[in-house]
Amino acid sequence: MSEDYEHPDVVIEPGGPMLVRGATSIRDADGEVHAVDRPVVALCRCEKSSRLPWCDATHKVIPRQPSDRS
Amino acid sequence: MPKPRGALSEWVVHALADAATSDSAGTAPEADSAGDEAIALWTIHELSYRGFEDASDDAEWDPRVLVVRHGLETALEARLRARWDGADADVPAADVPAALQALVSAADGPSLADHVRRHADVDQVLELLRQRSVYQLKEADPSTWVVPRLPVRAKAALVELQYDEYGDGNPNRLHAHLFARGLEAVGLRSEYGAYVDDALPETLEMNNAVSLFGLHRRLRGAAVGHLAAFEMTSSLPSRKLVQGLERLGLEGAMVAYYDEHVEADAIHEIVAARDICGTLAEDEPDQAAEILFGAFTCLDLEARFARAMLDTWAVDA
Repeated sequence: MSEDYEHPDVVIEPGGPMLVRGATSIRDADGEVHAVDRPVVALCRCEKSSRLPWCDATHKVIPRQPSDRS
Repeated sequence: MPKPRGALSEWVVHALADAATSDSAGTAPEADSAGDEAIALWTIHELSYRGFEDASDDAEWDPRVLVVRHGLETALEARLRARWDGADADVPAADVPAALQALVSAADGPSLADHVRRHADVDQVLELLRQRSVYQLKEADPSTWVVPRLPVRAKAALVELQYDEYGDGNPNRLHAHLFARGLEAVGLRSEYGAYVDDALPETLEMNNAVSLFGLHRRLRGAAVGHLAAFEMTSSLPSRKLVQGLERLGLEGAMVAYYDEHVEADAIHEIVAARDICGTLAEDEPDQAAEILFGAFTCLDLEARFARAMLDTWAVDA
């Protein structure tokens, strides 16, 4: 029988952002609501992004915290 | 069609122009140079994208042209594989995303984005954009050929990524179109293939490799590995390009193009490494090594291109 695949809407990338599928708007930490116009967005988890709430890959150039390891 | 660069590309241009009517072109001659070979293959591959006004629509599947294409593709693939020394490594499927990350981290080629951010002048940036235009006006297209060749999970993930590349249903956000608008904003020509006659052999080889991977089912692993490495090395450099363009006063649509890639490729790199390459390797374990070959090729060809550009500008890498 053909498989039923796992396909979560929210995926946490170890040491990276949180991917969110199917959202239409996101409220950031300052209370501002951002429209989403992509099927998947990456939300910053390191809080160092230059375009919060979105990930801009800055996490790749900052030292990782021990708690991020997985 | 592009301007021939030697006997072989001269033959190709003639053969494509009258594929339907003539058998007078005879046997194709040997290439005169790497540049001749590269533009010959680029021109033939182009028949599978948008074609040329002055080429016959029948040329794409003309047996005489296919013989030449096969010879050029075989030589290109052999050259690319000879540069890759990881072919014998046994990579378990589950390790493919981490192995991709390791390859990207180990890549030590010079960074054109660093040069643009800090030092490049306007002429250098425009030259870089002319070279990039050869691929970026058909951005994402070669990956689309791979879709029907993938198992279920990798196929769904690739289409999810491609949907974003093609503007999420909005033609104004289609990446190749954003790039065309960017070219116009900095005073360059935006017609498809406008600068192919200026393309360095390194630019053409980058293009030819991605077309080769996209056009052959056998090379589907290399195609998605190439895509993953491309996405994994795009977000941070795109931000540097934005900073460089702004430093030079080239604000507007070209900044918007690279700005879009900061955000989009931070998403795409994860989808590509895990959901496309990772699941393909799980479903077809023999593709794991091919995925890494494709990723290496992307990084290696980009490094060769970067060195060629910096050499042109007499900049120390």
